[in-house]
Amino acid sequence: MERVVDPLTKKPSVLREQSETIGFIVMGTALVVAPFVTYPLFVMQALCFALFACAFNLLIGYVGLLSFGHALYFGWASYISAHAAKVWGLPPELAILTGTAAAAGLGLIAGSLAIRRQGIYFAMITLALAQMMYFVALRLKFTGGEDGIQAVPRGTLFGLFDLRNDMTMYVFVLVVFLSGMLLIHRIINSPFGEVLKAIRENETRAISLGYKTDRYKLLAFVLSATLAGVAGSTKAILLQIASLTDVNWPMSGEVVLMSLVGGLGTIFGPVVGSFVILAMQYKLAFLGEWVLVLQGVIFVGCVLLFRRGIIGELANKLRIRL
Amino acid sequence: MFEIFGIPSQALFGQLLIGLINGSFYALLSLGLAVIFGMLNIINFAHGAQYMLGALMAYLILQYSGLGYWPSLVIAPLVVGAIGIVIERVFLQWLYKLDHLYGLLLTFGLALIIEGIARNYFGSAGLPYTLPESLRGGQNLGFMFLPNYRVWVIVASLTVCLGTWFAIERTRIGAYLRAATENPTLVRAFGINVPRMITLTYGFGVALAAFAGVMAAPIYNVSPQMGSELIIVVFAVVVIGGMGSILGAVVTGFTLGVIEGLTKVFFPEASNTVIFVIMAIVLLVRPAGLFGRRA
Repeated sequence: MERVVDPLTKKPSVLREQSETIGFIVMGTALVVAPFVTYPLFVMQALCFALFACAFNLLIGYVGLLSFGHALYFGWASYISAHAAKVWGLPPELAILTGTAAAAGLGLIAGSLAIRRQGIYFAMITLALAQMMYFVALRLKFTGGEDGIQAVPRGTLFGLFDLRNDMTMYVFVLVVFLSGMLLIHRIINSPFGEVLKAIRENETRAISLGYKTDRYKLLAFVLSATLAGVAGSTKAILLQIASLTDVNWPMSGEVVLMSLVGGLGTIFGPVVGSFVILAMQYKLAFLGEWVLVLQGVIFVGCVLLFRRGIIGELANKLRIRL
Repeated sequence: MFEIFGIPSQALFGQLLIGLINGSFYALLSLGLAVIFGMLNIINFAHGAQYMLGALMAYLILQYSGLGYWPSLVIAPLVVGAIGIVIERVFLQWLYKLDHLYGLLLTFGLALIIEGIARNYFGSAGLPYTLPESLRGGQNLGFMFLPNYRVWVIVASLTVCLGTWFAIERTRIGAYLRAATENPTLVRAFGINVPRMITLTYGFGVALAAFAGVMAAPIYNVSPQMGSELIIVVFAVVVIGGMGSILGAVVTGFTLGVIEGLTKVFFPEASNTVIFVIMAIVLLVRPAGLFGRRA
């Protein structure tokens, strides 16, 4: 979202100037305290989804591209890293790298196809490609079909830290998540990120200014897929399972919902959104299939009444960037 | 009984027929999507759910009112179309000025709601729908057995598709519709009620989906998730054909159905993915789609 500066104040206050830094500090503190107040496993899972949602948001929020098939990178990275850890016996860091590399490769292929069309077609193409790879995952032997890959060993990180310990695992997940967030922050505030925003606002104009927008879009797509891959791989090691749920279309819808609830095009929105949605799924699990209905209602409500999302509304009220 | 490329004719023509049947549904649904997109600038993600609603309605009508297939074929599209009109008035009309991604998100939400409610009341197992007496049985053509109902589905779908094409391209109302797609403000200035036309167009598109659903009910089991599986394939069909031309949508739908059927015979492993692969190839060769205009 663009910065809103009050014309009456000559110099924005330090608070406003540094709102993102403050946001990072608040979030970091909350996440350090979190495992002592609530279930660490829940927070870790939410962090994986938060990174996934942030990766998705990089595309929709800053390039204006709605990918409706992000489960493809999340799910496949999850399969590959689970396979690498369990069958090839790789340590967790290498397993995650392998999964991430796979997601980057898939992102490159899918991205170069999808950016050939704009707007609504882009969404349909990404969805269709993700569905294709879902069927591939269903067919291939190594994915374990309906069972998925279970009992993935967490292993020992760098041969030093035993990830079977939940607290060690927590620190690891937190570091991965924060690095991902900082990278995204860096990307959108770089000259490259400015070009992306220009493409979002007016692609034709960006082209006329001499930017090869297709290359920018493709690179943004690959970055987004890669980060989704980091999230997926880490999730596979954390929960020790990779399954069809992670590659199927409802997962793509869920990540859209998380970003929408939190606020598209905000840095912290997707994080808040994924915590909200995941908490809802846990608390309301007794509702069974009604959770699906509820998710639909939230979708409809957000689009009609609450398009800025939680963080977007907050930032707008306080006139700051978050 | 004879063989073609080492495949028994019975299997080959059987799959070809299934391909044509699937193609009928692809054609009907992508036609509805194209008509709705033309007027509303919204990709109707709920199209699959509305198709499922048509099938479910047919099942309920049979269960609770004893009315058979033929009345369902009229009642279900009318009821679901009416629901569509309500949806357009309550939700969609607020979105026309926004980026059309919001239309996709909102209709996705609607699809989740419809599917979720259906799953709550009917479970995810399939509900069987018995064929109407008059359409049971079939013809033995010597090289294959041709069930009457399947012939009916193909003929009915073709008729509806061509009827829609005729209504839009060759009648006065169709001319208004096309004019309103190009320039709604000007058409309004001529005293034509464009908002009502938009509402009715959405209702019509949704009714088409429900019609396809009723026809599908006796062939596939009626199940809450029957729509969401189908709609993604239909999206690929729409990407391949492009939404610019109605006949294009129909031709693409039937052709892809047949190709998918043939893949089932010669290379069954790829039958689920072949349409997506074709989509990828089309994107490489003709990015605007086979019948699409360059945006």
